[in-house]
Amino acid sequence: MKKLKVFATPYLIWMAVFIVVPLLMVAYFAFTDEEGNFTLDYIANVGQYTNIFVRSIWLAVIATVICLILAYPVSFMLSRMKKHHQGTMLMIVMLPMWMNFLLRTYAWMTLLGNNGIINYLFSLVGLGPFKLINTEGAVVLGMVYNYLPFMILPLYSVMVKIDKSLIEAASDLGCNPVSVLFRVIVPLSVPGIMSGVTMVFVPAISTFIISRMLGGGSNLLIGDLIEMQFLGNAYNPHLGAGISLVLMVIILVIMTIMNQFNPDDQVLI
Amino acid sequence: MKTLSKIYMALVLMFLYVPIFVLIVFSFNETKSRSVFSGFTLEWYAKLFRNEVIISSLMNTIIIAVIASIAATVLGTLAAIGINAMRKVPKAIVMNITNMPIVNPEIVTGVSLMLLFVFFAARMNLEFGFVTLVIAHITFDVPYVILNVMPKFRQMDPNLFEAAQDLGCGPFTALRKVILPEIMPGVVSGFLMSFTFSLDDFVISYFTSGSTSQTLPITIYSMTRRKISPEINALSTIIFVVVVIVLVVKHIIETKQEQKLRANGGDE
Amino acid sequence: MENIISLRNIVVEFDGDQILKNINLDIKDKEFVTLLGPSGCGKTTTLRIIGGFLTPTSGDVLLDGKRINDLPPHKRDVNTVFQKYALFPHLNVYENIAFGLRIKKYSEKEIVRRVGEMLELVNLTGFEKRSVQRLSGGQQQRVAIARALVNRPKILLLDEPLGALDLKLRKDMQTELRKIQQALELTFVYVTHDQEEALTMSDTVVVMNAGHIQQIGSPTDIYNEPKNAFVADFIGESNIVNGCMLQDCLVEFAGNRFDCVDKGFDKNEIVDVVIRPEDVKVIPAENAKLTGIVESVVFKGVHYEMTVDCIDHKWLIHSTKAEPVGTTIGMTVDPFDIHIMKKSKEEGAYPALMGVQQNEEA
Repeated sequence: MKKLKVFATPYLIWMAVFIVVPLLMVAYFAFTDEEGNFTLDYIANVGQYTNIFVRSIWLAVIATVICLILAYPVSFMLSRMKKHHQGTMLMIVMLPMWMNFLLRTYAWMTLLGNNGIINYLFSLVGLGPFKLINTEGAVVLGMVYNYLPFMILPLYSVMVKIDKSLIEAASDLGCNPVSVLFRVIVPLSVPGIMSGVTMVFVPAISTFIISRMLGGGSNLLIGDLIEMQFLGNAYNPHLGAGISLVLMVIILVIMTIMNQFNPDDQVLI
Repeated sequence: MKTLSKIYMALVLMFLYVPIFVLIVFSFNETKSRSVFSGFTLEWYAKLFRNEVIISSLMNTIIIAVIASIAATVLGTLAAIGINAMRKVPKAIVMNITNMPIVNPEIVTGVSLMLLFVFFAARMNLEFGFVTLVIAHITFDVPYVILNVMPKFRQMDPNLFEAAQDLGCGPFTALRKVILPEIMPGVVSGFLMSFTFSLDDFVISYFTSGSTSQTLPITIYSMTRRKISPEINALSTIIFVVVVIVLVVKHIIETKQEQKLRANGGDE
Repeated sequence: MENIISLRNIVVEFDGDQILKNINLDIKDKEFVTLLGPSGCGKTTTLRIIGGFLTPTSGDVLLDGKRINDLPPHKRDVNTVFQKYALFPHLNVYENIAFGLRIKKYSEKEIVRRVGEMLELVNLTGFEKRSVQRLSGGQQQRVAIARALVNRPKILLLDEPLGALDLKLRKDMQTELRKIQQALELTFVYVTHDQEEALTMSDTVVVMNAGHIQQIGSPTDIYNEPKNAFVADFIGESNIVNGCMLQDCLVEFAGNRFDCVDKGFDKNEIVDVVIRPEDVKVIPAENAKLTGIVESVVFKGVHYEMTVDCIDHKWLIHSTKAEPVGTTIGMTVDPFDIHIMKKSKEEGAYPALMGVQQNEEA
């Protein structure tokens, strides 16, 4: 089998050139100026955007928590359904995920706008119009709407593998259904929770589309900042690289903290 | 308790589907209003089909997705075969790097590739456009192929390769006749996953495309930025119908396969 | 002794199949009862009905005289040892055992005391902090038993708990379980397909097949007085041949008449004749009513097992002395060891107590 190692070579070259080098370039750009001299100025400049970082982290956390709370019962109910129903229901729940991300966000643009259908319904009873779009709430709503399926799927995958006899054993030992949920199912679903949180938090903290389409220009997030440095009017790749680097570090730190809660030898018997 | 859970499920499903249905309904609206439905018309669909930008970007998207996913599948399958033969430490390093495009925020992957291309554009007269898009797509597609094929090796009997050689196959023949068929399901699912992600990608394409070649998501993005036009609703409806058809067909095929498996198992 | 559990006319239907067909069973307090039968006979289903994990399609489940059909498992004073142990992987040994006590909100002091007691009982003192996934099969099984017993339930249900253990460990655990049951004076309802296990451990054996109870009795009764062909065949090895009851205490089979001790059959009724291999004695062929040629001899440690070909039936006999293959030998049986059973019209429909009634009438 060892001879087969050579097959990986094309990919290894590709990987080095198109994954490793670009990331190194981000680091390089973050620490140099136009002439190529080492400088910490750009990293320091990132500090002026602290409020935007705080906002991005905060909104991402809220969106992640809401997704977790909404998704948990859904995944649980799915995992307890009859086998032949599960496949169909899963497909129905996952279907919106296959729609284009932009169109899904656009849908909320039309719903939440001042001329949108929600305000129209309010006007029928003499209320409003309410400022629904271009708010932080709209951004969180967009995040939850787009990322909810990414929380449902990993939770479901883990819950469906929980042995039925463990639930019966808990019941046998005196747990009412609520106790079974909190004492057995939740602890055993932790790997799924970790997966789901990762799959929601990372896109949520780095998005720029949702904040642009639903937040207007006034609710900038980290993603917007980065995009502006590279494709906006003020072309500043060094600052952009600096912000990107800081973003990666933040995500790494938060992921490491989360992994402390993940039991190491979590094997489902 | 049971009715409560059914109500909850229904509410969640409503939350997921109502925005899409509103889009669909208003794609047939006579006026551009987003709140009042005045009359039924297909004019927005007609406009859509006459929109050259949309048609050409759709073509671009499909071509790029096909090329990138095929290339990624070949590259990734060969890679998986090679990685599987590596020793523990190199294997772990390679797998960690492979995971990066998946685990990193899309914007970081997009920006890093953009920096790379900017750097080489000056030196190699490389323009942002079709080529950069394809390269970028292959880069984020390959990890998905590898992630789909690697588990197949774990499930495979480790003695298969040796058994084939024992019976007279040289290593490469053994690969072709024995290993490839075993990992094929992973290769296929990796290909489908790559194709889907390439079709749908926006962020990475956004940073690596040029003015000449746009993908459909990028076109959609500029449409939503410029004006609210029910053409977008019409496009959404068409995409929704396609997605429904594809998923339902896939579901029916899978269910039939399961039934066949169960029937055959029963006879034994 | 009181009846602690009663099952009345229990029927279980699932997807059009009848899994249990009219089960009636009384279990006495402090009794070790074993449900014995082949795979699919309904013994585990019966156990799950007692535990509350399954609701019967019709019929009543009574605990201490009270109907508990609608009582969920967590409210029944019953604990279960599951087939694959069902230990909680996210809890260590101590917490697994303490689980039921914590639910009932016992004081920390009491929990420490009781769990310590249990660990001693199952010989796992010192294992408190171990992860349950790193334990051997035998150790996991003991944790499962401790986890159930620590709650001092009136009734313990055991679903084939020794199936995954090797032979020696299984035999040791059989003795252990019996000792625990007697020492703690609990009612055990035990499910197994291993007839030897059932005969070793139980006060009462309930033989089941295809959703029916075939026979209820003590191990010796079941072994020596099987009520029908199924029980005779399932328990131990037997020779079963067609015979004709010429009159009370006289049966004809293999071309000869034999004295026996069973009465109450119709004159000239066609019956099944059951004779255990170890009850057949080898005698010189000249004087014997039964003769045959020795076909095979297998050394089984405790005895030799020989197959003897007698034209219309191959007899299986156990003997401490081996006879050469190919020789003709004679065989004889004590009248007491010839068991007569009614021919069953429908496999599994045989009422368990009918044979007894017959004898009483006579």
